[in-house]
Amino acid sequence: MAESYQEGTGGGADFDLTQFYQIFFEEAGENLDQMEHILLDLNLSSANDEELNGIFRCAHSIKGGSATFGFADVAELTHQMESLLDRLRRHEIQPIPEMVDVLLESADASRSLLARHQAGGQGEAVSTTSLVQRISQLAAGTAPTAAPVAAPPLAPAPVAPAAPVKGATTAPVPSTPALPALAPGQRRIEVQIGPLEHVTQADAVKELFRDIPGLGSISDLPSDQAQTRLFLVDTSSTDDDLLDLFAFHVSKDQVHIRPYIQLSETDGAPFALFGESSEAPASGAGVAGKIEATVLAASTAVAVAAPVAPPPPAPAAAASAAPPKAASQAAQMESTTIRVAVNKVDQLINLVGELVITQAMLAQNSRGLDTGMYQQLLAGLVDLDRNTRDLQESVMSIRMIPMSVVFSRFPRMLRDLANKLGKKVDFVTLGESTELDKGLVEKITDPLTHLVRNSCDHGIEMPTDRLANGKSEHGTITLAASHQGGSIVIEVRDDGRGLSREKILRKARERELDVSDQMSDSEVWLLIFAPGFSTADVVTDVSGRGVGLDVVKRNIAALNGTVEIDSVEGRGMTVSVRLPLTLAIMDGMSVAVGDEVYILPLSSVVESFQVNSDDVSTVAQGAQLVKVRDEYMPVIALEKIFQIPRRDQEKSSTIMVVVEAEGSRVALLVDELLGQHQVVVKNLESNYRKVPNVSGATILGDGKVALILDIGGLVRRARH
Amino acid sequence: MGAVGKTGEATASGAREYLTFRLDQEEYGIDILKVQEIRGYESPTRIANAPDFIKGVVNLRGTIVPIVDMRLKFNCINVEYNSFTVVIVLNLRHRVVGIVVDSVSDVMELAPESIRAAPDIESVIDNNCILGLGSVAERMLILLDIEKLMSGLDMGLVSSGE
Repeated sequence: MAESYQEGTGGGADFDLTQFYQIFFEEAGENLDQMEHILLDLNLSSANDEELNGIFRCAHSIKGGSATFGFADVAELTHQMESLLDRLRRHEIQPIPEMVDVLLESADASRSLLARHQAGGQGEAVSTTSLVQRISQLAAGTAPTAAPVAAPPLAPAPVAPAAPVKGATTAPVPSTPALPALAPGQRRIEVQIGPLEHVTQADAVKELFRDIPGLGSISDLPSDQAQTRLFLVDTSSTDDDLLDLFAFHVSKDQVHIRPYIQLSETDGAPFALFGESSEAPASGAGVAGKIEATVLAASTAVAVAAPVAPPPPAPAAAASAAPPKAASQAAQMESTTIRVAVNKVDQLINLVGELVITQAMLAQNSRGLDTGMYQQLLAGLVDLDRNTRDLQESVMSIRMIPMSVVFSRFPRMLRDLANKLGKKVDFVTLGESTELDKGLVEKITDPLTHLVRNSCDHGIEMPTDRLANGKSEHGTITLAASHQGGSIVIEVRDDGRGLSREKILRKARERELDVSDQMSDSEVWLLIFAPGFSTADVVTDVSGRGVGLDVVKRNIAALNGTVEIDSVEGRGMTVSVRLPLTLAIMDGMSVAVGDEVYILPLSSVVESFQVNSDDVSTVAQGAQLVKVRDEYMPVIALEKIFQIPRRDQEKSSTIMVVVEAEGSRVALLVDELLGQHQVVVKNLESNYRKVPNVSGATILGDGKVALILDIGGLVRRARH
Repeated sequence: MGAVGKTGEATASGAREYLTFRLDQEEYGIDILKVQEIRGYESPTRIANAPDFIKGVVNLRGTIVPIVDMRLKFNCINVEYNSFTVVIVLNLRHRVVGIVVDSVSDVMELAPESIRAAPDIESVIDNNCILGLGSVAERMLILLDIEKLMSGLDMGLVSSGE
């Protein structure tokens, strides 16, 4: 799999190196992320040294690592990036938007190349030649116009031809005063190919100039030698590069390259210098001194061209996320962290979970003890309870990652998307330091991405429309995260055109969904989550097909989360995603029905009360309702749903527990409330399967298993 | 009850070791390597709307493990839960599951020569799940592919969506 390690130190060294690949890939990934982050925030007119150095260091690290591991393609690309960045940080050249663009693209290419290496080197590698070319042009200070390939070295004098200067064989050239001017950095040469048995083979080299963008231009010259072709070539590639390319078609010893000598109209005498600036001079045949002089002249010409600084550009458009200080902080925040494998952390959390269970068991078993006799033991158990709780909070927080990790990908994505759609979008993030569980991070990223893309595509209007409506040309998309109660709330807000109630209701009727004009706005907005629902007039490749939002909703529901929409037509829209903070340990209320114990998530319990049979009214189809203050609420008898056998006819369900999920409430009918305690959530599906109305299981203090109810599922069930 | 000693390396002759257990009058054998431990029967937490042979789930040192009563699944006549009732905890590729059996006997080593193909007859057990019939002295062991048996849809452990 690996690129062969150049030194050939044998199988042992290769094997050892592979162990370090993973670390390298991870670190390279982080470096690329950081580089991108700084680049996006870069204030072009006043880039500070710290930022420039930061980017340089990132590229440098990646270059070093990839060279060590033999990933030559990445090493070469990052080497080029490093050269450009070096000049930038030395203030030899000024940053311009094209540089940011090409560096971002190069970062992408590096990522892709690294991913390919990580996967074993299969498949096509992205081509980096045009990137390398653009980088070197920018580094040289020349505008990257349609032109040359193969990096001309920053050092001047690309002019020394490898092939010997042959005097006499130069055929007299019919002077064509209308020869096109050379592009900057190019030189003009004569290429003689032959003698060949099939001289048409030589014509094939013209294809090279057609197929390789930026290689240069080629035109025929009359040749007075048999079986030989003569070409006039403008290029900035070195002779060696050209020879390598031509070798595809003709062998190298058939190719002779010389500087082009433009003969004057009047006679065939070789001519001396061309004009000044960066055009390649031709030298008088065989006059070494003149050659030297002209070469020198060329070098100064090129050198002069190099540090031409383009005028300071306007700062980069759109999408600038966190303020620059965050970038400098990021550049420094390196050594105060420690890298730990995720499974180690999970193992730790498991063990702490077990500890919580054992502690609960001890607490339960000690309840009946005489407080006088066992005073110290009981005091110890109280301490244990507190310590366990603290330990558990600490350990859970290890897996907590700040939202900024999730937010980090959006600036770049929005920038590209906005550019593609021709819209102007500002991106604001709030609450980046809000933490959430690592497991959630991975799963929330896709839905959020979809929502943000939606806002950009369907929400934010085109700049002209916005201006016409009295809005600012730049739309704003805000991502905000905060803790509320036991949940984390993530909002995607935009100030675009908002949702149109009319359109949605119309579309819903077209699709024969059950809607009425009496539906509240919030109910209407929720319709857009229906599968296949879209009011988009035009389906773009970004969105509009109607497949995204229902998947978003499902993904969020799978995390036990909820989604809500708020919108004002013409003003904008807010999508709020609410997720439980931790997946593993939660506060629960245990209830008894018959001989069985069930657990309700405490966060969904609203209230509970005793009930008489007269308070419960039955409606059609056997559904039952109970009146709570002024509200009628469906009743779910757990006894019935879980088919709990009644052994003791004395007992019956007389207690209602009102629970709430997904915006609706139901009342659960149970026998008894047993208590409130922390429960460790165990996965039922890992060894069994998904059970309806059950979200998981837990182990009670007595060692028995109790099922945790899926309140959302119960609420949904009651709706039908 | 402790774990069965796991010495089940295939010997040079290709013989494998099988844990034998009894359901009613029949003796069965399963690959010893799939057996994690043997426990007494404890009353599991019932799961509503599950098939009758799935008794529920138990807590096995922190893991939730479903319990399947093989005697109910195979329509045995006598089904009792007493102090002799045994649960074999299996560690299969995708799950840990416990099966209730009448009793457990010994671990037999069977060479491929002692195993004959099972006749293709109509029975409660899907023929795909029978590895063969092993004979040791006068005993006939029905050798089960316990992995396949427990992963079958009719065992109720796998939902059809998986």
